[in-house]
Amino acid sequence: MNIKNKIKITVNGKQMQIIPKFSLKSLVTKLKMPLNKIAIELNKKIIDKKRISKIKLKKGDKIEIVHFIGGG
Amino acid sequence: MIDNKFKIANKIFKSRLIVGTGKYKNFSECAKAIKTSGADIVTVAVRRVNISNKNKARLMDYIDPKKITYLPNTAGCFTAEDAIRTLRLAREIGGWKLVKLEVLGDKRNLFPEMIETLRSTELLTKEGFKVMVYCNDDPLMAKRLENAGAVAIMPLAAPIGSGLGIQNKVNIKIIRKQTKLPLIIDAGIGQASDASIAMELGCDGVLINTAIAKANNPIQMAEAMKFAVISGRKSFLSGRISPNLFGSASTTDKGII
Repeated sequence: MNIKNKIKITVNGKQMQIIPKFSLKSLVTKLKMPLNKIAIELNKKIIDKKRISKIKLKKGDKIEIVHFIGGG
Repeated sequence: MIDNKFKIANKIFKSRLIVGTGKYKNFSECAKAIKTSGADIVTVAVRRVNISNKNKARLMDYIDPKKITYLPNTAGCFTAEDAIRTLRLAREIGGWKLVKLEVLGDKRNLFPEMIETLRSTELLTKEGFKVMVYCNDDPLMAKRLENAGAVAIMPLAAPIGSGLGIQNKVNIKIIRKQTKLPLIIDAGIGQASDASIAMELGCDGVLINTAIAKANNPIQMAEAMKFAVISGRKSFLSGRISPNLFGSASTTDKGII
């Protein structure tokens, strides 16, 4: 794939490049995130984890992937 | 007086001690302290996953949410919108509805922003969340939170992480008198005796993080807190003697030689 065809997205504040039509599920798999331990926001909207294979990422998408950490 | 069950939002919990999971050296120490404390509720926070270090240890690998109740918090939130966003995400991770609301107003003293806290309580309750609310020790505000649908009132004893102990016993007692909701001291505990005092004031529970996690020996302090809460509760239920200015001998004068 030519690098010019890649699109830029932001994941947890960091820029990433992906190929067009890359799904949210592919992103989660690429990042090795266990689905049962995370929640995902796409452009500030919470995503139902059951639907992530149907969601294709677009240029400029902002994704937040969160989990539980220690807190009081 | 016979002890009643520790019930929050219709769920019964064995331990009246709720433990935070922050500030430990590592997850292993945290897990050990929780086990020793006997707590069956732990607070947790929602944060970004570290995407550059995929193999980093995760809290859920050490503390099994099937065995212990996770209480997601809104630490670091300064507005109702931030808090709601955070708790919606927490719910999405695994369906948590019982949550700890904490909306702060000042980064230094970490006091709760009560106007935003009240607004958040109303909004979250409407969304079906069961909201345990970190609040100041103001009886009027505690009443308003109760009316807004809070499932537990959690006033501070002193600023978060300060370890100063209960600064305003009178307010805590007044809140105790006016509410039937679970009353849990959240923040400011420094040592085991503070936890006992909270329970002796009639609180239903105590939430402790820093005093355990930052003690020289967190595991031993976790055990101390466990006993302090049990001890304080028993003391409260037993009914203390009236304090007297003068002494009253424990040994009779009868038969004195």
